[in-house]
Amino acid sequence: MNFPILSSLILLPTVGAIFIFLTKSSSKSNYNSSKYLALFTSFFNFVLSIYLWYIFDPNTSNFQFVENRDWLNGFINYKVGIDGISILFIVLSTLIAALCIVNVCNHITNKLKDFLIAILLMESLMIGVFCSLDLVIFYLFFEAGLIPMFLIIGIWGGPRRVYSAFKFFLFTLLGSVLMLVAIISIYWINGTTDIIELYNLGIEPKYQNLLWLAFFSSFAVKTPMWPVHTWLPDAHVEAPTAGSVLLAAILLKMAGYGFIRFSIGLFPLASEYFVPLIYFLSLVAIIYTSLVALMQEDMKKLIAYSSVAHMGFVTLGIFTFTKQGLEGGIIQMISHGLVSAALFLCVGVVYERVHSRLIVTYGGLVSIMPKYAVLFMIFTLAAIGLPGTSGFIGEFLILMGVFKKSFWVATIASLGVILAAAYMLWLYKRVVFGKVINKELLNMLDLRKSEIFILVALAIPTIFFGFYPEPLLNTIDVSINNLIETYNKQIFLNK
Amino acid sequence: MENFNFILSEIFISISIMILLLVGVFKKNSSNLVYSLAIIVLVISLGLIFNSHSKDEIYFFKDSYKIDQLSIFMKIITIISGIFVLIASFNYIKSEKIFKIEYGILILCSILGMLVMISAYDLIVFYIGLELQSLALYVLAAFNRNNIKSSEAGLKYFVLSALSSGILLYGCSLIYGYSGTTNFDLIAKNILLTELGNVFGLVFILVGLAFKISAVPFHMWAPDVYEGSPTSVTLFFAIVPKVAALTVIIRFLYVPFVTLIDQWQVIIIFLSLASMIFGAIAAIGQKNLKRLIAYSSIGHMGYALAGLAVGTNSGIQNSIIYICIYLIMNLGIFCCLFTLKRNDKFYDNVEDLSGLSKNHPLISFSFLILLFSLAGIPPLAGFFAKFYIFISVIEESMYFLAIVGLLSSVISAFYYLRIIKIIYFDEATDKFDQVNDLGLKITLCLSTIIILLYFIYPSALIDLVTNINII
Repeated sequence: MNFPILSSLILLPTVGAIFIFLTKSSSKSNYNSSKYLALFTSFFNFVLSIYLWYIFDPNTSNFQFVENRDWLNGFINYKVGIDGISILFIVLSTLIAALCIVNVCNHITNKLKDFLIAILLMESLMIGVFCSLDLVIFYLFFEAGLIPMFLIIGIWGGPRRVYSAFKFFLFTLLGSVLMLVAIISIYWINGTTDIIELYNLGIEPKYQNLLWLAFFSSFAVKTPMWPVHTWLPDAHVEAPTAGSVLLAAILLKMAGYGFIRFSIGLFPLASEYFVPLIYFLSLVAIIYTSLVALMQEDMKKLIAYSSVAHMGFVTLGIFTFTKQGLEGGIIQMISHGLVSAALFLCVGVVYERVHSRLIVTYGGLVSIMPKYAVLFMIFTLAAIGLPGTSGFIGEFLILMGVFKKSFWVATIASLGVILAAAYMLWLYKRVVFGKVINKELLNMLDLRKSEIFILVALAIPTIFFGFYPEPLLNTIDVSINNLIETYNKQIFLNK
Repeated sequence: MENFNFILSEIFISISIMILLLVGVFKKNSSNLVYSLAIIVLVISLGLIFNSHSKDEIYFFKDSYKIDQLSIFMKIITIISGIFVLIASFNYIKSEKIFKIEYGILILCSILGMLVMISAYDLIVFYIGLELQSLALYVLAAFNRNNIKSSEAGLKYFVLSALSSGILLYGCSLIYGYSGTTNFDLIAKNILLTELGNVFGLVFILVGLAFKISAVPFHMWAPDVYEGSPTSVTLFFAIVPKVAALTVIIRFLYVPFVTLIDQWQVIIIFLSLASMIFGAIAAIGQKNLKRLIAYSSIGHMGYALAGLAVGTNSGIQNSIIYICIYLIMNLGIFCCLFTLKRNDKFYDNVEDLSGLSKNHPLISFSFLILLFSLAGIPPLAGFFAKFYIFISVIEESMYFLAIVGLLSSVISAFYYLRIIKIIYFDEATDKFDQVNDLGLKITLCLSTIIILLYFIYPSALIDLVTNINII
């Protein structure tokens, strides 16, 4: 098939953004044309990505829908393509972006047009990250996302937005410049930055450790891993709801994806060598940030810290190099993408009504907003990893993988599951149950149609994949097997 | 008989300068006419250069003047940027009441000097060109003579620049003394590593040239002069002389001093590192935009020098690309500054930009693109400029230089972000006047669009410089 479906996926939101930029839509006309344009573009892109998933062939580990174009004087090509791992993230990105746009259209009144443009550009860049097959192209997409996100936090954020936006930007940039050095070094060592060729060529063992560290510095900040996670709570708390959703659901996944695609794929020996470091940092992240999350008084901050803990599970799973661990890591990422997005939206719902994120403000919402209570419940349980939700599949597979490697690591990580239950249930109890102390809450309206639509759209896959994860596993299975095979071969060859 | 086709543009500019002077003297109120004529003169000389395009290397006047790919390309860049500087600053000069006939003529003189510098293949010719451009610049810096800051800038620039020229001349005389010739090729042949005098000569010449491109530690003049001079002159300072000075540095390093590479490589690396780090840190505290741009341009010169330090053809080419992208970005930023006018007063403090995005979304958007590009964030052109430089640097395994360069680019991102923060996140102040100068608008749009869309076809500049081979 010659139709450049991946490039269309990447470009479509940008084209939509350009049209929005050109339309004469102002606050007087309620930005209607911009809204419809953005909704149309994002949902069309979502449908396109679902179609892509449908025609995607899960029985081969080769990259599919590859497009290759001359770009930088022949030495760097614009090359995109997908395998079983990337397709899931692409679908997740388009889904989350579309839901964000629904959310933004209903809640933002200040500079709505610019917000829509920023989200659509973000969507383009995120899809680009997940399908680029060239290190330089990947870096370009990876870094360019900083600009719209910086603006989203800075313009539409809360009171400490400037501090958070700067922290987010500088942390991430600092992490990534070392990756740029590593990418250029790879170019001079191997003569190409094409990922498929690099997979075949392999990278000389003597360079691997340093290069791995350079990539790690970027991904660790983005994941975020302890101790460079401090930008995340700030960014999450101050960002507008849609910004938090994008951050938690997709931006963090770029790093996990990067670990799988680059750290393990390109530097297997170094990955093996640095396993203790990853395990240590992940365990600290799981235990320490869970404890921190327990003590939070701010709902958004609590969920932000829980994200760090969940991503700790992901890195743990990825670096087991076992089938269960890697598949668990990916499913956990998808599940966390859905659940954390939904949780931030849940917080956004009540924040918009009462303008407080503090847990003490609330209590007894179950009698005032029953629909909200139900949906919030589903996502709370999914965050804990209750069987029957996608969170369970992810965590279960990860722990299985980890048990194979090390009993103690798995035991400590399991403690994290218990802590997660503690902080999430406690949060739910304090917000939803109990007596209504705050009189302000009595006037709160239950969920509006648009809010129900967004939350249900997230709840369906969460529960569906909880009971029937087969479509997900089926898609990634061959790619993961291939990854592990190459990995084991490399390790075997060098021993 | 030599074929003067190839230096017609220089001849044309020098004759036009004299004619324009006469026009200015004998025709009353002719500043408008002289200014427009100056632009036309530049356009015609650009045409003359294109007309005599040649692939060969051609020497003039007993090998003291050389036309090759490097000089043709740099001359084109110089003249084009000169044209755009004149177009963009027209309105500013008019409203600041410094619209005199000498303005255009001085710019022409200085550009003529630069053209001579770029082609110079002999110490004496080079020095004449350098002085011609410097003298014109001294006067330009002090052009707003009723303004005490402008006079101060002119004086400061004159004293310090004269000192540096003196050092440079001393270096030239040392080289002449030890090699017995002023011709670049012959110097390269006669120069002896064993003679310490040659190294001294090299260092003195480099000091003089580092002063011209304001590389640390010879940068002291830049912030004061940038701030004091009229903004239109600052724009000229910030971009055009840098091109010429960089060409001369390339020539000196890779023709007469090519055998001293071990000696000068350390110096250039030091200049580059110092400029990158200092430019990034010193700009953080600046309140005046022009001062801030001065420090940022110090930092950018550091990156351009990093390309030269490598000692390969691709390094030189990438430095040239860097300087091209740098001047497009700076042109855009200054165009934005020219639009900040309210009640006949131009504003140039960082705080004055507060909340600009509310009242002037398009100007703010240009600012946003240009500042992110200066910070080197992909996918804007500024990223590619740095990317090319680091490709060359890492090719020669200079990892230290690359990592320090990238880290200081993160530090410098902070102050660019601060401006963006003030434009986009802060409360709006009063509106600025509507811009109705077509030339300014076109220049601003052009530079923003080039910077924004550069990533679609990033080979464009590489293709242009690819046949510049010095070594």
